[in-house]
Amino acid sequence: MTTHENLPATTESAEAAAIEKAAAALPAHRPRRTDVDPKAARRAERQVAAMFLGSALMTVLFVVAFVAIPVDETVYIWGFGTVNASNIALGVTFGLAILLIGTGAIHWSKKLMNEKEEIQLRHPLASSDEEREAAVEAFQTYQADSGFTQRPIIRRSLLTAMVLFPIPMVVLLRDLGPLPGEVLRETLWEPGSRIVIDPTGRPVRPSDLALGGLISAMPADLPEVQEEEGNLNARAKAAIILVRMEPQEIVSQQGDNWDYGGILAFSKICTHVGCPIALYEQRTHHLLCPCHQSTFDLADSGNVVFGPAARRLPQLPITIDPEGFLVAVDGFAEPVGPSFWERGDA
Amino acid sequence: MKKRSRRRSFAAGILMGSALILVGTGYAVVSAETTPSPEPAVAAGSLEQLQLGRQLFLEGCSSCHGLQGEGIAADNATGGNGGPSLIGAGEASVDFQVSTGRMPLAVPEAQAPRKDVQYSQAEIAAMAAYVATLGPGPANPTEEQLNLENANIAEGGEIFRTNCTQCHNFAGSGGALTNGQYAPSLMNATPEQIWQAMITGPQQMPVFSNETITDEDKQNLIAYVEALKVEPNPGGLGLGRIGPVAEGLFLWTAGLLSLIAFAVWIGAKVR
Amino acid sequence: MSATVKTAGKTAGWVDDRFTSSNFLKRNIGKVFPEHWSFMLGEIALYSFIVVMLSGVYLTLFFKPSMIELAYNGSYVPLKGVKMTEAYASTLNISFDIRGGLLMRQIHHWSALFFVAAISVHLLRVFFTGAFRKPRELNWVIGVGLLTMALLAGFAGYSLPDDLLSGTGLRIAQGIVLSLPLVGTYLSFFIFGGEFPGTDFISRLYAVHILVVPGLILALLTAHLMMVWYQKHTQFPGLGRTNDNVVGYPLLPIYMAKAGGFFFVVFGVITLISGLVTINPIWLYGPYTPDQVTAGSQPDWYIGWLEGSLRMMPNVEWVIFGYTLSWNILVPAVILPGLVFTVMAIYPWIEQWATGDKREHHLLDRPRNAPVRTSLGAMAVSFYVLLWIGGGNDLIASFFDMSINTITWFLRFAIFLVPPLVFVATKRICLGLQRRDRDKLLHGMETGNILRLPHGEFIEVHAPISDEEKAVLMAKPERTPLTMPEEIDENGVAMPGARGARLRAKLSNFYYADNIPLPTREELEAAEAHLRHEVEQAAPAMEEDRRLIPAHDGSVLHDPAIDK
Repeated sequence: MTTHENLPATTESAEAAAIEKAAAALPAHRPRRTDVDPKAARRAERQVAAMFLGSALMTVLFVVAFVAIPVDETVYIWGFGTVNASNIALGVTFGLAILLIGTGAIHWSKKLMNEKEEIQLRHPLASSDEEREAAVEAFQTYQADSGFTQRPIIRRSLLTAMVLFPIPMVVLLRDLGPLPGEVLRETLWEPGSRIVIDPTGRPVRPSDLALGGLISAMPADLPEVQEEEGNLNARAKAAIILVRMEPQEIVSQQGDNWDYGGILAFSKICTHVGCPIALYEQRTHHLLCPCHQSTFDLADSGNVVFGPAARRLPQLPITIDPEGFLVAVDGFAEPVGPSFWERGDA
Repeated sequence: MKKRSRRRSFAAGILMGSALILVGTGYAVVSAETTPSPEPAVAAGSLEQLQLGRQLFLEGCSSCHGLQGEGIAADNATGGNGGPSLIGAGEASVDFQVSTGRMPLAVPEAQAPRKDVQYSQAEIAAMAAYVATLGPGPANPTEEQLNLENANIAEGGEIFRTNCTQCHNFAGSGGALTNGQYAPSLMNATPEQIWQAMITGPQQMPVFSNETITDEDKQNLIAYVEALKVEPNPGGLGLGRIGPVAEGLFLWTAGLLSLIAFAVWIGAKVR
Repeated sequence: MSATVKTAGKTAGWVDDRFTSSNFLKRNIGKVFPEHWSFMLGEIALYSFIVVMLSGVYLTLFFKPSMIELAYNGSYVPLKGVKMTEAYASTLNISFDIRGGLLMRQIHHWSALFFVAAISVHLLRVFFTGAFRKPRELNWVIGVGLLTMALLAGFAGYSLPDDLLSGTGLRIAQGIVLSLPLVGTYLSFFIFGGEFPGTDFISRLYAVHILVVPGLILALLTAHLMMVWYQKHTQFPGLGRTNDNVVGYPLLPIYMAKAGGFFFVVFGVITLISGLVTINPIWLYGPYTPDQVTAGSQPDWYIGWLEGSLRMMPNVEWVIFGYTLSWNILVPAVILPGLVFTVMAIYPWIEQWATGDKREHHLLDRPRNAPVRTSLGAMAVSFYVLLWIGGGNDLIASFFDMSINTITWFLRFAIFLVPPLVFVATKRICLGLQRRDRDKLLHGMETGNILRLPHGEFIEVHAPISDEEKAVLMAKPERTPLTMPEEIDENGVAMPGARGARLRAKLSNFYYADNIPLPTREELEAAEAHLRHEVEQAAPAMEEDRRLIPAHDGSVLHDPAIDK
């Protein structure tokens, strides 16, 4: 490689000589079977044509399958199980129709097309020094004609305008959404919010929840709010889980007597990046997030015992209302869900 | 429109029908596999049944659960593993643990796995009846409770996604828990076993009592799982229904390698 | 046939009348491309992108990027009556009620996976063969840009159907945006039109997915291909192949047939797979709501490494002056990918600066001949694979009966320990291969024939290597590290810029110092003479040997045919 580096290819004859030299070094062209044996060539020809015709046949079959097979027809195929008949028929016929054109063309080129390696020269990509100089000179002439460097006031004012002009495009984006305000700290839960089972909406009596039990729950007014707002934003923050354990198994809580007879309520939204979290192991009282495996100990204030989450799972203080159903004593004391810059300690 | 709705109800019929057949054959397989000893003929609730149950309990269970089912504490000094108290475990618990082969436990692991069943239907019933006498506990679902005829699959799906998918995966294929424990696949679980598991909370599974997830909810939910079992994979191979990881694996092995094989073919010299 | 030629000639004439195209045509239809299977990896990427575009246009005809909630009323029974967004419902509709819709969805998704995978292996090929060196650095950068755009396009597409997995992915993305210092909360509110999930996002993402990102990809792709065309393709060393020429087959007809045919092969294989293998069965996942999740929540494979880094990161979070700094999210999901892509993009200049190599390179390196580069690449691959394992640790745990906690702890250490080990091992392998190459040049190939010479010596007969192989081995570039500059000049004054120069010399040593030199001309001549001598010496014995044929019972007979 080193000997050939930067070979100056100045004249055509020099180029021709270089090509000849490389060609002489190339291994001799070995004829293929199809080059010397007409029978082999004819066989290859037939193979190629068969592939192209096979493709045409598959296209016809595709149209037949499209028309003939109902969209919900299923079929059992050994090794695949029960599959949609239309999908597999269309996929196989269409796939083969395309594939056979490809294999046919490649086979044709490999067996029958005149194949001889050719040599072309590369030229250094850089222009000659003269050309570079000429380009610089031309540019300077135009530059002088415009007076760009000679008139600093124009230059600077133009630059100022150019720097500022994209600003409207950014400002225009302002109404993409409202400002955050304090909404990330608020949920639907407030003193006296009744806890109902998700998705059935039934209120819960303490006795309903068996020892070792788990249930996903929401505030009673969530469906209404959801309907009103037309989105799932409230749900994304208000979802909770209720678990029940022996009161003596509770090591600590986020507030005094925030449980009700061993029933604890925690936010269902992971404090890492916000996945819903409900893989509850009733014996260890651990709650595992299926997204990144943050693990929280519900018997110990919902503290993090493993994984990337940095903050404990917020607990909801609960009690019962006069009718004997579980209700929230108060809203969450800290923001639920993932951390955000303004969150701080609160 | 008319034709389509007929087809749908037909499909639902097939779905339910095949679900029932599957359940039936499931039972047949289970009981066929597991009758090495001749079936002792005992009437349910009879004294003989309780005596048989007690005898089987003493032979197969008492070494870990205690002679009175009071439980044995793990003994670190002797390496004894012990077992929890069965007082108040109820017949549903015994039936679930033994009919899925989880009990008797062969080797203590992070979690008792599903294995071949060791006892006959009648023997399991006898043991369950005996343990039920030790203290009040969850009872087996009745035939009426397990009747899925009027179940609403779509509503069952809602309950399934709210309460079950987080551990058992979107298609009931199972998933990992902490420290080597796992939520097993539901594809081999019978409706009765699903029901029993929900009300007894075996191992790490939380309890879903009949008061929080009502009978009707459970029927809907079980009907959804039964539908999942027979639901075809319309797009072709299901790749285990475990999500995008299997798809990625398929792509990097079979998919990309087949294209690279074609590229090698194109580049190969012809003789 | 002649009619075809006539028509073609007429058309060409019509075009030439207007665009002077004959000269261009003449220069380009015979353009030579070198042939190697690994040069076709980029083609796979190009073709799968075309397939993505074709199937994508079809899907836009039926998909409704709307988050309006409705009750499903299509033909998939298990979701009948369930409340969902129009986006999800229309995806179900495509899958179950439109003939060929499921096939097109699967083609779109599979080809997207192929697109990113093919870019990745193409990138590895370009890296390990040094094809990114001058004059192709800019094209390397464009390639890195294409990779990031492909990831973006893929993630956006994964998120559009609004099923349980795509919504979970978006929730994670939103959590990452929230973690950005200072601007995160505001950015999240602007992107989602308020709180997560809102009702604006899918239609916004749709514009990004079908217009902005594909537009950028098309633009970058065009530039990428034009540069390859203009600068001509690189080639592997071999007989007659130098840094100043291109040896290969002409565009017409060979590459027209081969590359054109390969497009149909790629399209066909993707279509077959889409007919036979399910991808993204969104009907099983169910509609997204922010309070439901499934075990095994994973992104498509190409985001798996970031999922892994998020899972592995320990839970570090700071609160400074009442503001939250979530390192547990910033490091794995923002800083790490930023670093990876930056280092990747500027690598050509890093190597150029460290080695002082400013020449044009059109002849590819065999990976062993650039041991440090190869080892750096292997190290990066091992890093990536570990992150990947992290992204699937729950499935690995359930399939191999392991504990996710153990796997995560293992990975937290392995991510720092394994890549350096891989570096060392790869470098040793490369140098070993270089030594073997040198031996081959000096002593030829080992034939496995042991001969006893008349004077009793045992030798192994070596055969001279072929001319082709010799050309490949001799093309190994000589690479000498930069010399360490003097720190002070002869007057005892500190040289300006000495520190930079020393660092550079050190780096150059790091890259080149251990290379095994090619044999010198004298060594080669001596070796050749020795080999010739050995062959001559062995000839009579070999002749004798050839006359012996082993019999069935293990005894040795004379071959009567040769004896005659």
